[in-house]
Amino acid sequence: MAKLKLKKNKIAKRDNNKNGYWFILPYAIVFTIFILIPVLLAVALSFTNFNAVEFPSWVGFLNYITVLTNDEVFMQFVLPNTVVYALIVGVGGYVLSFVLAWALCNLTSTVRTIFALIIYSPSMTVGVAMTVVWKVIFSGDQTGLLNSWLMSIGVITEPIIWLINADYLLPIVIIIGLWSSMGIGFLSLIAGILNIDESLYEAGAIDGVKNRFQEMIYITIPSMKPQMLFAAVMSIVNAFQAGTIFTALTGNPSPGYASQLIVNHIEDYGFLRYEMGYAAALSVVLLLIVQIFSKIANRLFGEKDEY
Amino acid sequence: MAYKGHRINPKRFEPSQLKIIIIVLPLVIFMALPIIYIINHAFKPMEELFAFPPTFFVRNATMDNFTSLIKASRTAGIPMSRYVFNSLLVTILSIFLSLLFTTCAAFALSKIKFRAKNTLMNINQAAIMFVATAVLIPRYLVISFGGMIDTYFAHIFPVVAMPVVLFLVKQFVDQVPDSLMEAAYIDGATDFQVYLKIILPMIKPAIATAAIMVFQNVWGNMETSNYFVNDDSMKTLTFYMNTLANANNTVAGQGMAAAAALIMIVPNLVLFILLQKNVMNTMAHSGIK
Repeated sequence: MAKLKLKKNKIAKRDNNKNGYWFILPYAIVFTIFILIPVLLAVALSFTNFNAVEFPSWVGFLNYITVLTNDEVFMQFVLPNTVVYALIVGVGGYVLSFVLAWALCNLTSTVRTIFALIIYSPSMTVGVAMTVVWKVIFSGDQTGLLNSWLMSIGVITEPIIWLINADYLLPIVIIIGLWSSMGIGFLSLIAGILNIDESLYEAGAIDGVKNRFQEMIYITIPSMKPQMLFAAVMSIVNAFQAGTIFTALTGNPSPGYASQLIVNHIEDYGFLRYEMGYAAALSVVLLLIVQIFSKIANRLFGEKDEY
Repeated sequence: MAYKGHRINPKRFEPSQLKIIIIVLPLVIFMALPIIYIINHAFKPMEELFAFPPTFFVRNATMDNFTSLIKASRTAGIPMSRYVFNSLLVTILSIFLSLLFTTCAAFALSKIKFRAKNTLMNINQAAIMFVATAVLIPRYLVISFGGMIDTYFAHIFPVVAMPVVLFLVKQFVDQVPDSLMEAAYIDGATDFQVYLKIILPMIKPAIATAAIMVFQNVWGNMETSNYFVNDDSMKTLTFYMNTLANANNTVAGQGMAAAAALIMIVPNLVLFILLQKNVMNTMAHSGIK
């Protein structure tokens, strides 16, 4: 299969043009040093006890056993929080961005561009910079915007201490996550929908597609699987790397671990307790979870006959 | 009457679109609210920041928050101009290096035949799912082993290689017709000349998109300042703005923090609005097959 693909490429005169290596070398070096080696190092460290001062000592699978059996905070708070967050912000945000992209594609290009810009802009607002807004909106006394609004329409009588009350922390973090989740994947979906050949819809109508919903299921989604996959991968990565921007809002660890996500847990062990071996094991767990989810996305939208 | 199939990307406004607008509009407004709020907040005078009940829109806009932001930085040990300089230097160098490395790599992966090509492409494709925050600690170890702690390199190099950017640029290079390059090769052009004279001018939209993505990644990056740099004078504007937002929990500090946040956000918005056509053009080829 690979051979066939190479034959089609008529550009280079030789089968193995060494210049290819030169062109890719600078990127490959940076990639190796800052992505590949850190990942391998994380795997190696995860089998050790390492406090950042002494040389790491080998402990075998102890860290992983601890993650699974002995880390109450992880099992009781971090894992459930991460799963809930990933389901709502990752999966929910993905479905929402597809529906929105699809809706926008039914509008004229001027309206679409304006709407798309507004929906996309939260994802580039520099998470940390927005902290001040969330602090004012969710401020715990009656000068907070949300408290003031809710009290003026009579939903609550006493101000709610949003950012300390464990009941509200996870929902708040999820809303902020959802708000900023329409990123590059969302744009990819719009481009994908716009790219679909219009004659497919006409053909579909002749073949018995009865309404817009059927059209979406039988024509739109199957014709843009590559974009669906790209956006899915972006959603997964976005959902699992969230955490550091909430530290500024809720602190680390968050009150009662109510909004502690796996990334916060890694930070907690790595940079506050200096149990770097254990933090590395958590990192490996996180990378594995992301891989599993990406495999699922690949099952759903991958085109196995290509490649 | 049979269903005719609707028109995607309609040219003209039709009443049926009104339904969609009515459904989508509330959500769009909800998404825009926090940004509208921060713009208003940044221009509020003291009495409106203190106002009870709190107001959403600014009534008498002033530049007070921006001037006090600059004043506050004068009394600090490190002037704000130093952070601005750090951020600009780091951002420009990161974008330049990233674009150079990425376009070269994309050209090789897309148009040059060499043995390791498919393997390298698969590695990069897998790395799209890479979660950088997960490997903060090993990254820290690598950077400290390389003696890059407290240098600009600690800000720049971790963001230069972005697998998703290489992927998008490579997809775009795939669209450049081979015939153009063949003609150049027949005229005796080298690989480098083809890269410089044919590929680069043809993939401008992808370059613009890559520049935006790297910019977004580096401009708001807190991790490098937090973990890889201890010397305050080597940290970036994002870090400084964030200390303002955190330290000054008073109402006066709030106005300053809002002004600071606005300064951080505006470049992102402007850049994206200017280049959005290029981004959409690039995203058309973004599918993973």
